[in-house]
Amino acid sequence: MIFHSILSEQKDTALETADPQVYFVDLNMDQIIDSITASKQEYNLKPFFYTPLTDIDNVLYRQEVFRDLENQELFMAIKRFAQNLRTMREYLTQANKLYYLFQKEIWFVDAIIIYCNAVKDLAQDINLADLQSRGLIVFRDFLRTYALSDRFNKLLLDAQQVKAELSTIKYSMIIKDSTIKVRPYESEPDYSAEVEQTFSKFKQVAVKDYRVKLSDSIEMNHVEAKVLDFVALLNPEIFIKLNDYYESHQDFLDETIGIFDRQIQFYIAYLEHIEIFKPIGLQFCYPKISNPGKDVFDYAGFDLALAYKLKSEESAIICNDFYLEGKERIIVVSGPNQGGKTTFARTFGQLHYLTSLGCPVPGKRAQLFLFDQLFTHFEQKENIKNLRGKLQDDLVRILDILDKATPNSIVILNEIFTSTTLTDAIFLSKKVMDRIIDLDLLCVCVTFIDELSRYNEKTISMVSTVAPDNPTLRTFKIIRKSADGLSYALSIAEKYRLNHNNLKERLKS
Amino acid sequence: MKAFLLYKNIDFDMNQPLPWNEQALVQDLELDTLFTAMAVDDKFLYDVIKKTVLTSIHNTPEIILYRQSVLKDCLKNPTILRNIYNIVVETIESEKKIYWGILSKYPIAILDRSVEVLQMYIRALKKIRDIANEFSEQFVSEGFKTLFAMLKRELSDEYFAEIQNHLQILKFRDGVLISAELGKGNKGINYVLRNPTNLRKSWLERIFNLDKTPIYSYTIAERDDAGARALSDLRDRGINNVANALAQSCDHILSFFTMLRIELAFYMGCLNLSEQLAQMEAPICIPTPTEKEKRIHNGQGIYDVCLVLTQKQKAIGNDLNADNKYLVIITGANQGGKSTFLRAIGLSQLMMQSGMYVPAVSFSANVCDHLFTHYKREEDTTMISGKLDEELSRMNDIVNHITPNSMLLFNEAFAATNEREGSEIASQITTALLEDHLKVFFVSHLYEFAHSFYERKLENAIFLRAGRQKDGKRTYRLLEGEPLQTSYGRDLYNKITQKVNIAS
Repeated sequence: MIFHSILSEQKDTALETADPQVYFVDLNMDQIIDSITASKQEYNLKPFFYTPLTDIDNVLYRQEVFRDLENQELFMAIKRFAQNLRTMREYLTQANKLYYLFQKEIWFVDAIIIYCNAVKDLAQDINLADLQSRGLIVFRDFLRTYALSDRFNKLLLDAQQVKAELSTIKYSMIIKDSTIKVRPYESEPDYSAEVEQTFSKFKQVAVKDYRVKLSDSIEMNHVEAKVLDFVALLNPEIFIKLNDYYESHQDFLDETIGIFDRQIQFYIAYLEHIEIFKPIGLQFCYPKISNPGKDVFDYAGFDLALAYKLKSEESAIICNDFYLEGKERIIVVSGPNQGGKTTFARTFGQLHYLTSLGCPVPGKRAQLFLFDQLFTHFEQKENIKNLRGKLQDDLVRILDILDKATPNSIVILNEIFTSTTLTDAIFLSKKVMDRIIDLDLLCVCVTFIDELSRYNEKTISMVSTVAPDNPTLRTFKIIRKSADGLSYALSIAEKYRLNHNNLKERLKS
Repeated sequence: MKAFLLYKNIDFDMNQPLPWNEQALVQDLELDTLFTAMAVDDKFLYDVIKKTVLTSIHNTPEIILYRQSVLKDCLKNPTILRNIYNIVVETIESEKKIYWGILSKYPIAILDRSVEVLQMYIRALKKIRDIANEFSEQFVSEGFKTLFAMLKRELSDEYFAEIQNHLQILKFRDGVLISAELGKGNKGINYVLRNPTNLRKSWLERIFNLDKTPIYSYTIAERDDAGARALSDLRDRGINNVANALAQSCDHILSFFTMLRIELAFYMGCLNLSEQLAQMEAPICIPTPTEKEKRIHNGQGIYDVCLVLTQKQKAIGNDLNADNKYLVIITGANQGGKSTFLRAIGLSQLMMQSGMYVPAVSFSANVCDHLFTHYKREEDTTMISGKLDEELSRMNDIVNHITPNSMLLFNEAFAATNEREGSEIASQITTALLEDHLKVFFVSHLYEFAHSFYERKLENAIFLRAGRQKDGKRTYRLLEGEPLQTSYGRDLYNKITQKVNIAS
């Protein structure tokens, strides 16, 4: 099999999208992708993360690669490879910048040596790994063939030869007044050592290092260049070899290696990102794909964007569970504000989006649905000045979503129709619910209208909760139970001894 | 090159830590008075003396005897010792006055300064070597004999000539010869300055074309400032190491002088103090130290050197014969010399252990491996912990650091409560220490405590009492005797009221 891409087995799969999906901001996916790619700018990874897969086999192809890369040794081997290629690029850039030819040439030779060693090392390391993924197995075969090719080996050997010969050169300079003379070295003794020897008897303790840190620029000045020219004249064969090598290997970099170097970073970046959460006990898993079924669940899931923020503040991160089975399609989330409802809705969206990238997702066990399209509608607070306009906007957008959605889409609605009367809101919400139910959409709907949670057999109710002993304290736990909009208010009343019995007693006295 | 005047074969380490209870020792034994008298306004002497005396709890009798013999040489040849010390100090001071100049970040400037410093050092080394040549016969101690022999051996005329030769070469009359190799990016690396002595000869050979070695030459154009800088930069790379080697050699020689100063400083302090004591006709003796496992403590005319130094007159000494005793309990009249005696015990112990003479007519004691003082503290009574609490907390600290051959000096300890309780605590603690064969000196007016120990008729305890004459006048002499129930507060009262009567 011919190696095509580590990101997809199929040649025609779209792998890159220039711009993020429209729902990125609502789901805080933009923050997640920013964090993941922050230290990998040079690879331009975002287009990969902007492109969800719609084909189950592609998702599995990537999951396999991820699983293989969980092998720490292989992971580190690939990291070393990436670091080496990064160094190689720096060397090439440097070679381009330099002015004197002998300098350009040697930086170029060094770059090739780094490249060749990187390829050889990786070929060796990847051979040691017990690979299961189609992607890495085919890549390994490609790499093995390449690293054993005559062309590749000659590329390295010639470079090493040139370097070895250059390193044998030793010359002497005599500087007097404004003249510098260059000649071969003639084994004169090291004078500093003689001086040191004379005074060694006084040595008591370690003393200060008086060596002046002389600036070591990469470039040469014209005197150094002149000296190097003289050295070249003293050693003409070696420098001719150097020049020949430089001229004949300008296109040394293999294209497939170059593409792999970039694409594998998609995996590396993601794995490095989720690694930071493992020490605090957060778990990740490979979701099963429920398609064509819609039984989905995730246990101990969390909002990856929020987790990143809370971790840096060293705050606790709350995990939540959900499941939908049988005819259930719609999670209606209600309960006290600031109780984590929006976070729950985002998490649902993030989990499905990350699944569509082929990535492991937050949670200890998950089965998720591979959507064809994902839609979100989150309340936009900034438009609140024109209430009527806002209601209209909301309605237009929601109807637009429902027009475009197919039975394989996912819709996430967060606090819709807050800008109208309760009666209106209930009416409109029910209309929307009907359309969603008709389409058999998977949906999360965050709402203050708890009637919706009892709408029909496709809806289930989840509520945000408070700590029983201190109702003002949110737990950020969203649990599956019927919505009774009153318990929160009552518990606060109790706290102030204002519930029915309290108040009666207090009034009695 | 080592001086080894304080130890037979190791340098004195000025960075070694002081004992954990250094502050308490200094305060309780008024060591500052001693150090100041020994140092006579020399901060350096003060530091070395303080270090030497306070760390002396680690010394064995062997080390002490080694120092005693060096000390005897010093006491016999004070002028020579002072001469050497002054040369050393002058040299160290002169080095500080040779400025680095503004170009100290250039190897050439470092080289130039080092040459100048080196020439100054050579003059001083010669002077010291000459003293060694002239006077070494007058010294008999192993320490000085070794030092003088070393100076004569290491600082020969040939050696001084070798140094002069280097200084000549370092003028680089024929240019700087530097070898190099090609490193990263084909830039020169491993610049090594080569001995250029054969440069001139080989030039001649080349002129007559005896040498076929190719040679290329480049001369910087007159107005090429960047080129001139580049050239001097190359030269700097060549001489960077030799400048460093030379500057480090200077530092090594300086550290040799500093080491010499440290090793001499302690004996300078001893000289200073002995001269002051001699003026007051206060006696000193070279004590006899014994192994730490022994329990030896005897002497005649043991006096408090700090009291003498403060009052500038000689004081009454006490005799002690406490060989094979673990416990010395001192009771008796207030202001009868109990605290003074206790301090004299502590001071003589530390002075003996550091290798000094002892303020006494004769003195002998086993060395201890730790010395603790537990004195009543008037000043630091905090609100949080009560006085007794504070005292017991200090005792706890001491026990945390105690070693098998420690010596403990208690002064009115555990008196911050009523006598019964205080006695009980003191008694329990002391009994435990006694059972562990630790050496304890306990000044106390806790009658129950002192008396209960007296009643036990212990073989290894003795009881001293601050005496008084029949007219109630204090003798400041301690005599062996049973603890008495009352202190002589009445006497004190009488004395004060009498003075008032006379004045009125």
